[in-house]
Amino acid sequence: MDFDLSEEQRLLRESLTRLLADRYGFEARKGYAREPEGWSRAMWAAYAELGLLGLPFAEAEGGYGGGAVETMLVAEALGEALTLEPWLATVVLGGGFLRHGARAERRAALVPAIARGSLLLAFASTEAQSRWDLHDVATTAKRDGDGWVLEGRKLVVLHGDVADRLVVTARSGGGRRDRAGIGVFLVDAKAPGLTRRGHRTNDGRRAAEVTLAGVRVAAEDVLGDPADGLPLIERVVDEAIAALAAEAVGVMVAAQKLTLDYLKMRKQFGVPIGSFQVLQHKAADVMMAIEQSRSMAMYAAMSLEEPDPLERGRAMSAVKAQIGRAAKFVAEETVQMHGGIGITMEYAVAHCMARLGAIEAMFGNAEFHLRRLAETGGLIPA
Amino acid sequence: MDLRFTEEERAFRRMVRDFIDRTLPDETRERMASGRTPTKAQWGWWHGKLHEQGWSVPDWAQEHGGPGWTPVQRYIFREELQQAPAPQPQQFGTMMVGPVIIAFGSEAQKSRFLPGIRSGKDWWCQGFSEPGAGSDLASLKTSARRVGEHYIVNGQKTWTTLAHWADWIFTLVRTDPNAKRKQEGIGFLLIDMKSPGITVRPIVTIDGEHEINEVFFDDVKVPVENMVGDETRGWDCAKFLLSNERTGQARVGMSKERIRRLKRIAAEAPSGGRPLIEDIRFRERLAAVEVELKALEITTMRVVAAEQKALGERKPDPASSLLKVKGSEILQSISALMVEAAGPYGLAAPMAAAPEGANEPEIVPDWAAMAQPIWMNWRKLSIYGGTNEIQRNIMAKAFLGL
Repeated sequence: MDFDLSEEQRLLRESLTRLLADRYGFEARKGYAREPEGWSRAMWAAYAELGLLGLPFAEAEGGYGGGAVETMLVAEALGEALTLEPWLATVVLGGGFLRHGARAERRAALVPAIARGSLLLAFASTEAQSRWDLHDVATTAKRDGDGWVLEGRKLVVLHGDVADRLVVTARSGGGRRDRAGIGVFLVDAKAPGLTRRGHRTNDGRRAAEVTLAGVRVAAEDVLGDPADGLPLIERVVDEAIAALAAEAVGVMVAAQKLTLDYLKMRKQFGVPIGSFQVLQHKAADVMMAIEQSRSMAMYAAMSLEEPDPLERGRAMSAVKAQIGRAAKFVAEETVQMHGGIGITMEYAVAHCMARLGAIEAMFGNAEFHLRRLAETGGLIPA
Repeated sequence: MDLRFTEEERAFRRMVRDFIDRTLPDETRERMASGRTPTKAQWGWWHGKLHEQGWSVPDWAQEHGGPGWTPVQRYIFREELQQAPAPQPQQFGTMMVGPVIIAFGSEAQKSRFLPGIRSGKDWWCQGFSEPGAGSDLASLKTSARRVGEHYIVNGQKTWTTLAHWADWIFTLVRTDPNAKRKQEGIGFLLIDMKSPGITVRPIVTIDGEHEINEVFFDDVKVPVENMVGDETRGWDCAKFLLSNERTGQARVGMSKERIRRLKRIAAEAPSGGRPLIEDIRFRERLAAVEVELKALEITTMRVVAAEQKALGERKPDPASSLLKVKGSEILQSISALMVEAAGPYGLAAPMAAAPEGANEPEIVPDWAAMAQPIWMNWRKLSIYGGTNEIQRNIMAKAFLGL
């Protein structure tokens, strides 16, 4: 049992934290958010230089060979600075599909571009009826010679407005909610028949509605087994949940720091409001929620090594349930402790709440995962 | 970073588990599993077995007769006892007064008191709380006035767990009523329970059980050599004692054992024509507790790992507040789910509690009859050892600087 970081891991975290402290203050962030894509290409280049964009890929393929712990460290730091760039969409989600689903020659072609920062990816899964059920897929994939033709509509595709390629789930067989018969396809965003409508997200990012009307996909762009892609999808989503858990910890820590500063500085009735026991106890509850979340983010990173997908899924549901509940609690209480200033766009704690709300909306909220965990027997065998 | 135990640690766990399985009498195990305190005979016998094994004082250094375990081994040992479930070593001696005597006591006190604590020959109880000194412990009034080679002790202690079994009581007593701060002028005094002038009065708790007592001191003569450390610095001993035991506060093993038991019960207990475990609302509530417990388990392991790194250095840490709050909340949630499982049987009192009914056949299952009493009794978990509200005060001050 060992919670220590290696020298390389410590170095990675330190250099990223330093970069973000220098270039991602709250004022700078406002500027990035005003850029047309809603995030900073300059920061993206800086991440590439630091190795964040090639982080999880094998060194032989042009990556840095980082594992789940490295992803956790980076996600937490990116969360604490409330960064806006499409790291989760491109590196964790898109990259995850390439690592676990693409053939070696395809990876050899694409990974260096991701690591350089010149290729953006996005994951198109959610549909109007699917909610968070990854297996509920109405978009169809029909064979067409060697390749495939996709028809359907995907919603809230995070960073789908700027992605160069989209990872699209589509049904190659079976009924709409069958676990079998789902394929994963790497689709060029400029392919004929693909249209996208970009929109804002509540946490100041961008997403897109993606419509696929007779979009052709070549055989080489099929990721994994086109008739049985759900295990691949679940694997990558579990990795995304682990990254989101760590990011949520970072955001919660940011909200906590702001709140503690505020409690010590803000005076009412002639004294700092942090001298009031009712607020001290709220602050203690927030601290406990964050420490428990940090533990679960570590548990998530460790559980990705679990070879049994059912066990891994149970662990990830426990993680997302805990993170979801804690995030909601921390968001609501840190805003409340600020009073009026907490609900303004000019103050960072409001942006923490918005990001925590977005994390709760991705890949299943706390209630969704509690139910999934309950239905699969919980964590402790009788 | 690696959450897994090493091969040596897993082997250690197997060794502890094998010993428990081989040695623990079924009657003791069943009594523990039912949620009752073991009898004095059961507990004493078990402590003796642990002592023979060299395991009765797991946290002590080897020079004082401890097994020389690492923090991880100590954690595993306690978890295995909790999961069996088996009694822990007698806590007031081994976890409370023993470490204080080791840290603050004289050589004479060490050689006089430590052997009886290790072997379990001496039962101890804790005399801290008073009717007027609960969360505000330092306002205690029980006085110890020095007369020649004795202190004359007068006053009253309360909530004294197992005082009716105890040979000795360790107390906080006011030695200097004129001290500038109320935390000053307090001594940490060891008192023989057989001393003339001591009266023990039982307090029956909400579950109908006798576990705690009031202890009255009426001109009790105590030799001065029973004072631990400086007679005005007892508060240091008390602070050390209260924050000394850290990771045991979380009681992760105990919660796991209760959840396993609850799942077995819910697989049998009927609800709406099928087993309760098939009720999704019940399962979700249970799953929510399991999630909190998993987080607490990892948090506890983080604290254990930090202790492992700072080997030998044992300073109080506010992490113990978090572990205590979360650990007690989780056990209380489990007790409420057990009540849910009991349904209408929640009305029936456990038969073993009524002396005349001890040999009658069961009317309702014992676990169901015990559910409400445990739910009520376990309010104590968030009250004793510093209420959860006091723990939040500690976190706000020590961690958050408020």
